[in-house]
Amino acid sequence: MGHVIRTRTRASTVAAIVGAIVVLGLALLPLVAGRGLIQDMFFILTMLVLAQFWNLLAGYGGLVSIGQQAFVGLGAYAMFAGVILAGIDPVWAIPLGGLAAVIVAVPTAFFAFRLAGAYFAIATWVIAEVVRLSVAQWKTLGGGTGTSLPRTATRDIAGTGWIEAALDVRGAAARDILAYWLALGLALLAIGAIYGLLRSRRGLALASIRDNEEAARSVGVDAARLKWSVFLAAAFGTGIAGGLIFMQIARISPDAAFSVTEWTAFVIFIVVIGGIGTIEGPILGVLVFFALQKLLADFGAWYLIALGVIGIAVMLFAPRGLWGLISHRTGLELFPIRRRLITTKGNDHG
Amino acid sequence: MIWIDTLVQGVLLGGLYALFAVGLSIVFGIMRLVNLAHGDLIVVAAYLILVLVSLTGLSPFVAALLAAPAMAGAGWLLQRHVLNRTLGTDILPPLLVTFGLSIALQNALLEGFSADSQRLPAGPLATASLDLGAVTVGVLPLLTFASAIAVILALNWLFYRTELGRAFRATSDDAVTASLMGIRPATIFATATAIAMLVVTVAALYLGMRSNFDPNIGPARLIYAFEAVIIGGLGSLWGTLAGGIIIGVAQTVGAAINPEWQILAGHVAFLVVLLFRPRGLFPRAVD
Repeated sequence: MGHVIRTRTRASTVAAIVGAIVVLGLALLPLVAGRGLIQDMFFILTMLVLAQFWNLLAGYGGLVSIGQQAFVGLGAYAMFAGVILAGIDPVWAIPLGGLAAVIVAVPTAFFAFRLAGAYFAIATWVIAEVVRLSVAQWKTLGGGTGTSLPRTATRDIAGTGWIEAALDVRGAAARDILAYWLALGLALLAIGAIYGLLRSRRGLALASIRDNEEAARSVGVDAARLKWSVFLAAAFGTGIAGGLIFMQIARISPDAAFSVTEWTAFVIFIVVIGGIGTIEGPILGVLVFFALQKLLADFGAWYLIALGVIGIAVMLFAPRGLWGLISHRTGLELFPIRRRLITTKGNDHG
Repeated sequence: MIWIDTLVQGVLLGGLYALFAVGLSIVFGIMRLVNLAHGDLIVVAAYLILVLVSLTGLSPFVAALLAAPAMAGAGWLLQRHVLNRTLGTDILPPLLVTFGLSIALQNALLEGFSADSQRLPAGPLATASLDLGAVTVGVLPLLTFASAIAVILALNWLFYRTELGRAFRATSDDAVTASLMGIRPATIFATATAIAMLVVTVAALYLGMRSNFDPNIGPARLIYAFEAVIIGGLGSLWGTLAGGIIIGVAQTVGAAINPEWQILAGHVAFLVVLLFRPRGLFPRAVD
């Protein structure tokens, strides 16, 4: 009798195949889809990226931040600064967003980690406000009223010329398609990186901290260091997403770039309703969120009231979210991270 | 002389922030609940007072007296039927439920009252001032500060001199053991939130008379309140007042240097305190 440790399940193999087909379909979508659908998909994919990183923080790292808008805004402003002040191509300026987010995340973590539990959330929020108010003082980037990407920069973004020629579309539509492809790539990278992390030794350590920090530390898990790395990684990803989102919008203002509602409340809602602490949850959550937004778009404030109430109801009655309900009923795991011991006959070590 | 004036105005502003913060401090102190909807509940109370004033023509003070029991009742029900379910070792449920509540309340107010800013009519009180020689202070800010002190005195009396206060402290220390002594934590928590809502009504009264308010200002008030509580140290109401004063003074001094720095200066003061005294200035509770 031998045994192997596996995380893969039959369902996850099927999911991987279906996932590959879906990704291929999404990559080819601009060939057939109109501009409206591409913009909607861009929105879904970028919200998914933000949700995955918030989920990494709160669901796995136990770090409930309500200040992630700081990193979206910083990413966006760093991208704008790269384009306007240094004349970099907007696409190549996006990584500056991730860099700026990490640079500010270091002092943020230094302050916020001094406060435990719920007060950590408040500290992240205060720092996000400080960042917003400071950026609003930056007069060359429009101060409190904001600014637009210069037309000279948006006219020939790297790759749009090729897209215009290949897909026979006009400038603005080509920019949307480029942004969509970048968002798709970013979403895949984010999910892949987070899944890879969770399946690694570090992921196991992270889960042990989430479940019981004292116990984890007693068996040698360096909780403080892991929390730092998770916080910085989430800031980096969120900053990149911020740069990409505002490259597509091409206009920025402190209120839009540092919006608590859009970049934190919506993201939290997506993760909570989908299922916190799972990779599947945010994917399901962003689809539900988008459907609700389309359905209730004409009802103004009622839409947000409904979101708030649904969020409360899910947290009270199904704290593991929709995916938690599905997974509990069916045992389904599309991104399994549990290590299962499988005994095998003979000397088979497959 | 201008600096003395700035300082005095800052201290008085701190009284208002302490009123925002005391309710939060009670709720956190007794049940370790961080209520992210606290600022929005203050705004709800302000609108309730406004409605009573415009329906009956009463003075805002009398209207607040009528609004207080309604707010307390709502707080009792909210705690008993919603928030109590979220209490436990996991910090996520209370944060996310109160965050959802905050979003829902803000938008419900937006739907009911539009985004127009409102103000409670304070009559001649709004402009009345006292000449204290070196400085001239507004009667309303002075009244706010006095109310903050009165509220804290009353609460300290309640917590340390009454049977209910003993039950609060016992439940805060150890809810399970307290329940063995015949205390029902669920009811004690609901009562604590009801009392916090009474303070919220007082805060709403002065907020509404001193400045304009609209449905979206709750979160900003919540930040000041949190900063005051954390600066003061958990569990100390006088510390909360000190925290409010520090934020208030930092804001007026910041505004005196450059009007755009007012809010920023308050946040920076908070971060500086956090840097040197991460447990606040007068910590009483150990968490």
